[in-house]
Amino acid sequence: MRWRDTLGSGVEAIIGHGLRSLLTILGIMIGIAAVILTVGLGEGAQSSVNSAISALGSNLLVVTPGSTTSSSGVRGGFGTASTLTLADADALGSKKVAPNVIAVAPQAETVEVLTAGSTNWTTTMVGTTASWLTVRDRQVQEGGFFTRPEVSGADDVVVLGSTTASELFGAESPIDQTITANGVTLTVIGELTTAGSSGSTNLDDMAIVPITTAQQQVFTGTFATSVSTIYCEASSAAGLSGAYQEIDDELLSAHHIVEPSAADFTITSQTTIASTANSVNRTLTDLLAGVAGISLLVGGIGVMNIMLVSVTERVREIGLRKALGAAPTDIRRQFLVEASSLGLLGGIGGVLVGFIGTVVLPHLQSNPVSLSIPATIGAVFVAIAIGLTFGVYPATRAARLSPIDALRSE
Amino acid sequence: MSEPTARVARIDSDEPTGRVPRVDSDGDPTLIVRRPIIDMQQLWKTYRPGSLDVHALRGVTLTVDEGEFVAIMGPSGSGKSTLMHIMGCLDIPTRGSYKLDGEDVSKLSENSLARIRNREIGFVFQQYNLLARLTAWRNVELPLLYARVPGAERRRRALAALDQVGLSARAEHRPTQLSGGQQQRVALARALVTDPALLLADEPTGNLDTAAAAEILGLLQELHRAGRTVVLITHEPEVAAVADRTLRIRDGQLEPAEIAA
Ligand SMILES: Nc1ncnc2c1ncn2[C@@H]1O[C@H](COP(=O)(O)OP(=O)(O)OP(=O)(O)O)[C@@H](O)[C@H]1O
Ligand SMILES: [Mg+2]
Repeated sequence: MRWRDTLGSGVEAIIGHGLRSLLTILGIMIGIAAVILTVGLGEGAQSSVNSAISALGSNLLVVTPGSTTSSSGVRGGFGTASTLTLADADALGSKKVAPNVIAVAPQAETVEVLTAGSTNWTTTMVGTTASWLTVRDRQVQEGGFFTRPEVSGADDVVVLGSTTASELFGAESPIDQTITANGVTLTVIGELTTAGSSGSTNLDDMAIVPITTAQQQVFTGTFATSVSTIYCEASSAAGLSGAYQEIDDELLSAHHIVEPSAADFTITSQTTIASTANSVNRTLTDLLAGVAGISLLVGGIGVMNIMLVSVTERVREIGLRKALGAAPTDIRRQFLVEASSLGLLGGIGGVLVGFIGTVVLPHLQSNPVSLSIPATIGAVFVAIAIGLTFGVYPATRAARLSPIDALRSE
Repeated sequence: MSEPTARVARIDSDEPTGRVPRVDSDGDPTLIVRRPIIDMQQLWKTYRPGSLDVHALRGVTLTVDEGEFVAIMGPSGSGKSTLMHIMGCLDIPTRGSYKLDGEDVSKLSENSLARIRNREIGFVFQQYNLLARLTAWRNVELPLLYARVPGAERRRRALAALDQVGLSARAEHRPTQLSGGQQQRVALARALVTDPALLLADEPTGNLDTAAAAEILGLLQELHRAGRTVVLITHEPEVAAVADRTLRIRDGQLEPAEIAA
């Protein structure tokens, strides 16, 4: 049989068995779209975590209370102890103690209810120093940030994130307005430029006050005396390890700890955060890929089912074609064309749905979705392979029967 | 069994295979030079549907010469269709040898067999075996597809074959839209379309009224006169009477030749 006739009769058979072909195509489509979207979600999450980490600021070392080494026994887990104080931050800010550290921003935060007139809004209140803005790599959109003297004077001033500002004041400018938090009246002196969200934290919903003001007037409990994080900016990427050493030495001696493994604080660099987050993400992506693989398998079994039924149903036809002079190659080619056309159509459909999904999904939920080319290509190959295996193999077997045996089959 | 073709002198010839130039059919038969196109020796076909063996053929020996018109008669279940399927290379015997045009069929490759079914043999099935999905002319066209005939010529030849069986008006109808007799004629057209040397027909007139049967029979005679070998299964003596020779089969065995007409 000539190739163009083989193609023609393949297309004809697909159209002739419309519903069955449609179901096969649908099965392949769903499997492929599922792979593309799940892998896309995983990779999207990964890239969003990466951008969240780089949004922390450059050359940053983050000091948190508590130890991650379990050998210390009694010590609480990561972030539970509150062993860091403002004095630690002041010591690290000294040029003599830590020459590689150019800026230090201690931070303590609690959730507070802010009231402006009759409006109130619950948000994270951050107490910090004047260097926070540079250390966290943020900008002020309107007004200004508080200064060193304002911090040492424990002035009643506040800088709002853009979301917080619009929640409290709407379209009005928040500058020079006053808000109350925990009975303390604060004057708004600035509004931060929008930064978007980083993972699950909204970087635009916060109220920033001098740490002195926060600890002396607003905060109660642990954070009235301690800080939750100390952000230290190293002079350069090259100075990062020097800075790490200086911070470690200073805090160990300040906390009177002899054994480094007994440290009651943890220093994390951006790179370690990134690698931890990435490994978590890798697991997540693998998990999603597994789920996608299962959906491809389920789709594949559906396709296999339809193909097997379709070939079995057509063993009589195969017998007749053989009786009329079809060689086994002709039969094999006929089913090859049919199965691969179905696989290809399903593949194209699946990729299309996957593409549309990667565009539409981010509008429906907060996680970004990226398009994974290797996953797409892999899924299409698997789908076509499934179609071919389960479409061609039974047909080839039927083609080996004698024409009469095939014609007599039920 | 005695020589079934005794009345025809057989001379081994070096003639190339394919259609033999037809010698005047009204002439003295002893002058006609023929070779056996079908040569079966001690052919057995055993089915094993359950634990019990069913011997559909029990040692059939027969030859059919090129250009002959042979009728096969016998009661239902006697093995007529089985014999014809083996003749048409659609099935293989359990035992015995079958030479088609001098070649041992059991030694042929799948591809050679496919070529033979396609070019040398036209087969009309007892149950028509038309593809319901395709219109009449597309059904007739099928063998040409495997003969790698280009599209336009396929259509032309399919329509000509349908015209030959008097069905050109039904070319675009599907089998389900045709009567049994019409379907049988489509099947006959499909067997004719490749212009085969050997035409095998399993009860081609079984479902037809007298007029239509006579028409089909006339057609087969015409093909026979044009030089084709025709083997026909039938239940009707009038049909068998048209043939050069009638073979009778009972319980998988040929009856002695002298009973044959
Ligand atoms: N596939 C098969 N499996 C088992 N037995 C079979 C099979 N095909 C045919 N037979 C048996 O072989 C015998 C001959 O069958 P065949 O079809 O050749 O008969 P027939 O002479 O053509 O009959 P009819 O005139 O009714 O068409 C029957 O007894 C039948 O039951
Ligand atoms: Mg029969």
